[in-house]
Amino acid sequence: MNVLTDNFAIYAEGFLGTVELTVYASLLALALGFLMASFRVAPVASLRAFGTVWVTVLRNTPLTLLFFAVLLGLPRFGLVLPFQAFAVLALGCYTSAFICEALRSGINTVPRGQGEAARSLGMTFAQTLGVIVLPQAFRSVIPPVGSTLIALAKNSAIAGAFSVTELLGTYKTLSELGYNIIWTFVWIAVGYLIITLAISALFNLLERKWGVAR
Amino acid sequence: MTTRTTALYDVPGPTTRRRHAVYAVLSTAVLLGLAAWVLHLLFSTGQFTATKWMPFEYKGIQELLLRGLGNTLKAFAMAAVLSLALGGVLAAGRLSDHAPVRWLATLVVEFFRAMPVLVMIFFIFVALKVQPLPALVAGLTLYNGSVLAEVFRSGVNAVERGQREAAFALGMRKTQVMSYVLVPQAVRAMLPAIISQLVVALKDTSLGFLITYEEFLHAGKLIASNLDYDLPFIPVVMVISPIYIGMCMLLSWFAVWVSRREQRSPKTEAVVVAAPGPGAPLPGGEPPTAPKP
Repeated sequence: MNVLTDNFAIYAEGFLGTVELTVYASLLALALGFLMASFRVAPVASLRAFGTVWVTVLRNTPLTLLFFAVLLGLPRFGLVLPFQAFAVLALGCYTSAFICEALRSGINTVPRGQGEAARSLGMTFAQTLGVIVLPQAFRSVIPPVGSTLIALAKNSAIAGAFSVTELLGTYKTLSELGYNIIWTFVWIAVGYLIITLAISALFNLLERKWGVAR
Repeated sequence: MTTRTTALYDVPGPTTRRRHAVYAVLSTAVLLGLAAWVLHLLFSTGQFTATKWMPFEYKGIQELLLRGLGNTLKAFAMAAVLSLALGGVLAAGRLSDHAPVRWLATLVVEFFRAMPVLVMIFFIFVALKVQPLPALVAGLTLYNGSVLAEVFRSGVNAVERGQREAAFALGMRKTQVMSYVLVPQAVRAMLPAIISQLVVALKDTSLGFLITYEEFLHAGKLIASNLDYDLPFIPVVMVISPIYIGMCMLLSWFAVWVSRREQRSPKTEAVVVAAPGPGAPLPGGEPPTAPKP
């Protein structure tokens, strides 16, 4: 029990590290995922192909391999960034593939008639997209995007093994200080549970407010 | 074909087709430029020099890589078999008629689904002082077993109600209803989702690298940190990742193929075949891998 109270600062630092990693990587993943989803439904074949390759490759890449390649590989090209930025890049790119698929299937749930009706009312492409299609797609993508972001929070543990400050990495410091290793892990587990349950609660709230009512 | 299925576009007319052709040329040019830039970067930092690629000619190093690949596949096979078994047991627990068994199974499933698999693996490896391979397999089994339990359960619940009612009306016991009627249909319907979860397990065997299990990535790291060959890190990544990604893609395509096949099969008439793809459902929520007929 005193593992937590004695080392609250270390735990707090790790916890905040994980939260930061999760938030930044989520933002990157959402932005990239949106871009890739728009590529995948674009009327231009080369963009569609690029989106498909991006999604297929990243979905089938082990995240550890991606971390390995990004954190240790990119510096070989003279790109020097803090490890945390590399971790955000790896996590964000990996998760963007899953976000892209969630968004794309959300867009595909909007019935064709909706778009046809919008166009026959004389709406432009931007209006059709912004007023008709995206709001309806948004309603049905809340649960899958929520699960994907929870998976991202859990995957951020891998960054700890590549010497980024985050929750799982705190066990090393604490075991060197000679604290009970089992209790150390119990509190790490509690930290992750807090993060995943918070995201889950947030998306349940969004779902209740805007969720699909079809 | 993608454009046909969305609400976004009409069938393009002549002006739009011309406009799209312009976009196509521009975007292709940008993408080719990007590819050329990456290639230039690879060449200019000297990633294709003979010294860096020399190690792959040696038999010892090829054997090192093959041994690593073998260890990866060994861990995957063990984790797959054990997590299917654990998933079956936990699903049976969650569908049990006895409330305490149900609560216990629910608790286990929800806990291990909410926990990062790496935390489990590190806990088993560091705190319980287990060897790397059993620690990796145990961690993967606990996580994937819990997810598979949800997949099995949602599959059983997705079988049309009439099937269960008819079986009970014929005087079958619950065990018989399950094993002769519901589970065979559920497994057929959920096979794509099960295979997709096995892809996740295969990908996650690479976590063994982080606990010094001598798997494929570990072999790559050994070669990459060799000064004799001028630290051939990028060549190693270029050799390892196609193999890793290729294995996962083959398994993913197999899931898609199974899904198509099962959709046509007359044996899945009373249940909707799940779409392939990793179903990582919200903790506490209904998994998305359970389409109701």
